[in-house]
Amino acid sequence: MSADPPIFPDLRMLSTIDQVGVEERAQRFQARSIKSESKLSALKLAVTMLDVTTLEGKDSPGKVKQLCAKAKRPLPEDPSIGPAAAICVYPRLVRVAKEAVGRSGVKVASVATGFPSGQSRLKERLSEIRYAVGAGADEIDMVISRGKLLHGEFRSIFDEIVRCKEACGGAHLKVILETGELQTYDTVRIASEIAMAAGADFIKTSTGKIQPAATLPVTLVMLEAIQDYYDRTGRMVGMKPAGGISDAKTAIHYLVMLKETLGKEWLTSRWFRFGASSLTNDLLMQIRKQQTGRYQSADYFTKD
Amino acid sequence: MAAKNRLAVNKTYKLYLGGKFPRTESGRYYEVKGRKGALLANASRASRKDFRNGVVAARKAWPGWDGSSAYLRGQILYRIAEMLEGRTEQFEEELRIQGSTPSTAKKEVAKAVDLLVHYAGWSDKYQSLFSSVNPVSTPHFNFSVPEPTGVVAVAAPEKSSLLGLCSAIAPILAGGNTSIVLASHSKPLCAITLAEVLNSSDVPAGVVNMLTGFRDELLPHFAEHMDVNALLLCSDMEEEAKMVGKRAAENLKRVVSHPDSALEEDPYHILDFQEVKTTWHPVGV
Amino acid sequence: MSEAQDKGAAGSKTKSASSGKKKSRHDFVDGDRYAPAPESSEHVVVKDSYDLFIGGDWIRAPKRTETRNPATGEVLSEVGEAGPGMVKKAVAAARKAYEETWSTMPGRERGKYLYRLARLIQERAREFAVLETMDGGKPIRESRDVDLPLVAAHFFYYAGWADKLDYAFPGRTAHSIGVIGQVIPWNFPLLMAAWKLAPALACGNTVVLKPAETTPLTALKLAELIEEAGFPPGVVNVVTGGGKTGRHLVRHPDVDKVAFTGSTEVGKMIQRDLAGTGRRYTLELGGKAANIIFDDATVNQAVEGIVNGIFFNQGHVCCAGSRLFVQEGIADTVVRKLKRRMDNLVLGDPLDKNTDVGAINSQEQLDRIKVLVDSGSEEGAKCWQSGQKLPRKGFWFKPTIFTECAQSHQIVQKEIFGPVLAIQTFRTPEEAVEKANNTPYGLSGGVWTDKGSKIFKITSQIRAGVLWANTFNKFDPASPFGGYKESGVGREGGLQGLAPYLDLR
Repeated sequence: MSADPPIFPDLRMLSTIDQVGVEERAQRFQARSIKSESKLSALKLAVTMLDVTTLEGKDSPGKVKQLCAKAKRPLPEDPSIGPAAAICVYPRLVRVAKEAVGRSGVKVASVATGFPSGQSRLKERLSEIRYAVGAGADEIDMVISRGKLLHGEFRSIFDEIVRCKEACGGAHLKVILETGELQTYDTVRIASEIAMAAGADFIKTSTGKIQPAATLPVTLVMLEAIQDYYDRTGRMVGMKPAGGISDAKTAIHYLVMLKETLGKEWLTSRWFRFGASSLTNDLLMQIRKQQTGRYQSADYFTKD
Repeated sequence: MAAKNRLAVNKTYKLYLGGKFPRTESGRYYEVKGRKGALLANASRASRKDFRNGVVAARKAWPGWDGSSAYLRGQILYRIAEMLEGRTEQFEEELRIQGSTPSTAKKEVAKAVDLLVHYAGWSDKYQSLFSSVNPVSTPHFNFSVPEPTGVVAVAAPEKSSLLGLCSAIAPILAGGNTSIVLASHSKPLCAITLAEVLNSSDVPAGVVNMLTGFRDELLPHFAEHMDVNALLLCSDMEEEAKMVGKRAAENLKRVVSHPDSALEEDPYHILDFQEVKTTWHPVGV
Repeated sequence: MSEAQDKGAAGSKTKSASSGKKKSRHDFVDGDRYAPAPESSEHVVVKDSYDLFIGGDWIRAPKRTETRNPATGEVLSEVGEAGPGMVKKAVAAARKAYEETWSTMPGRERGKYLYRLARLIQERAREFAVLETMDGGKPIRESRDVDLPLVAAHFFYYAGWADKLDYAFPGRTAHSIGVIGQVIPWNFPLLMAAWKLAPALACGNTVVLKPAETTPLTALKLAELIEEAGFPPGVVNVVTGGGKTGRHLVRHPDVDKVAFTGSTEVGKMIQRDLAGTGRRYTLELGGKAANIIFDDATVNQAVEGIVNGIFFNQGHVCCAGSRLFVQEGIADTVVRKLKRRMDNLVLGDPLDKNTDVGAINSQEQLDRIKVLVDSGSEEGAKCWQSGQKLPRKGFWFKPTIFTECAQSHQIVQKEIFGPVLAIQTFRTPEEAVEKANNTPYGLSGGVWTDKGSKIFKITSQIRAGVLWANTFNKFDPASPFGGYKESGVGREGGLQGLAPYLDLR
């Protein structure tokens, strides 16, 4: 990591986003037809990119342990599938998760900073990050203050992210923009730019608590931001669409988009994640379908 | 025609090019004769090069004329009508000596004035009539508007030397084009007098360029010139139309044919010298 | 730690995906292409041989020519070559149908025939799309998602005009013209047939249509559909053949109007042929559109617009954005992004659903492209081609761009009609407009800027019939299309597209 202090980006240099153009382009990725071997390898790749997520009021150590088991070995009879990239939980459950994933390589990610609204004082948000990291979190998924962003307080957002990044220490920081609240692609682009300049390791679309969550076009806008940032600085930033991606077909569209924008280097769990809960089983079902040629039933896949 | 004790000052009929009244560069002339064979004037016999100069002037004038507001073009057309009305007697006289009866001459001048007033009003209205917003199925705003074709060469009616001439020029001007006009060969006097009217009516230099001369000599060049965008041919001769059409194809000139008579008052004559431009733009936030 | 883990995951994935063999080319991450996803052509019925469709009958022409799939070189079918006698017969059939049925039929009823045809096309759209791709080489994604939907939409659109013609032109009453001779090109074979037929028929005219020599099959299949829809015999006649057949049709004295889409050269010939006859014509001809990117443009979408502008249908598009003007400050960025995007284009089997760039339509066209591309390099422009591998059989050309182009280069002046883009830079709006207009053509143009007032200024200054601002290559039946200057005469599409098929009194 470079020691240079983060510099606030020159937002005047950003080009605007044309909504119709972006949505048209996103649709083109959906027109790709991914078959046979390409499909199977894409499905398997998708499983390794999963941030298996549970973020509910009723979450308990038991539930988290079950999910960790699933993340470690998604398809019990086939060890070549998975493991998932991470398990994503609330800070209080980090310790449980960390213990449950053990040395499997599955990371533990924790949401923090007053998730999902981000409406608590910076001091509290920072201490939440420190708490989660202290409990063993490998990754922190923070939310930004959307109210401030929409109000034009870009500098303040930037400073907050810089502080959060500092609080993370060695943990990776994913910055959730909550694109569904930002309304326009231009704002998404500005938020992406600020987050990356402030040191985000990943930029992430959504909390999953607001509709719309991740969409192909909004993800495309963020992928383009990552590409432009990389072209400018040489630093790779990861991407995590989250929420609303519930079937394998959609996941493959995302991967096609990733492959055809950022390219092969980003096609790993190091640089791309799916934030999802119900996607896992559909990926598994589709993998089985590809392997056997038979359409599958949900009864044959574990629900965790 | 000389009055007692005073020698009349005769008018020299020259060409009208780029807002000036030069003689033909060729130095040639032809005799214009009246009803009983009396010599009325020596008209300039324009050459290919005069025509070329006219095209240069028209091309140069076009961006300004096209760029002027429709309202202004309407005012200028109305101004032409005013000036023409003010010189009614002179035009009537010219028509008479070239063969019209006093009453037809009177009618023709009046009609010419009224026609100009009519087109003055069209200059800011035909766009609304011929434009459209098109309901495309994609999220785009899509609209079509008429734009002037550009530089138009005109072979004016031979028989109707004033009204025919005005009826040929007015829709072209109202539509934002500039022109090079070949006036009636046998009755060229009104054309040059009209040029004087134009010159004193705030019509910018080069917007109308007036030639007198021989049709069979000049028309092939009208049709062939690569910087002329369209051609109005007022003619009853099929052979002429054929010759013009064939030569005009080299730069795909728009060729509009009309019989050898005055053009009706009709906004579709404006449309004849317009191109429809369609513009698309996405609709989004 | 994370890197080690990633390597492990990648390693195991590759192993399982290739089941012990060498890395597969279809692996999602490591492969150089997606696994084949061919559109099925099983349901497409192509007869060994097609006759001419004249007066509702299928008439055998003594002379016959083969039509091939340009992506494989295989012979698809054999079609008749109509000589003067056959053309005469077709015009006579159209005249008879015009006088006896079509011109006297109420507009409402004519409209219903067109609606019915539109529906039949929708029902069999996939079959037509596959055939269009097989006969012409364009990607199935385009024939399926662009051509066919537009074909059906065009018939729907003009069907609705058939009984409303007197409302279209204020102060005028609308009357049909008579027999229309229509000659169409090979780049959008069925779509151009629709563009021509729909307004002509809606206005009460009858038609003799001549499809292009290399792509006659979908027009012939459309004739079958017209038969199936129960159109009166002779309302639509289809005569196949080459340029000679077209010339016979254009020169036939009983053809009241000629509608042609094709090269400017042939367009001029038609204008000469019809000079002084009083017979009408509309011409949709060549183009060399300028696509202008200002430094305040929405860059990523502009790059997409550039790609769509020049690589859509392999650049076999008269309105293709074949000249790119980029403002100096962003030229490097745009070219870098463009190259990256071009490398992601999928080139190959046109029937594969993932193909972005299909086959060049014919050997002749391929040769023409090669000659012009060679001239580009010789004259000093810098050539760059994307990295796709070309199939061995068939006619192919890599997506190509030239930088450092000068206005005087042939690749800047001449219509290439292939996937070849000439890039120039500019400094001021005035310079961009001046260079954009510095061409005998005037069909289309593109302008990319975020500033609204600049859009209106620049689009009004470009002398072309279709201006795409912050988009490119969009088409719609409601939107008039056609060129200024040497790009043609008249408009097709929309209300304005009715005028060429009507006698307005």
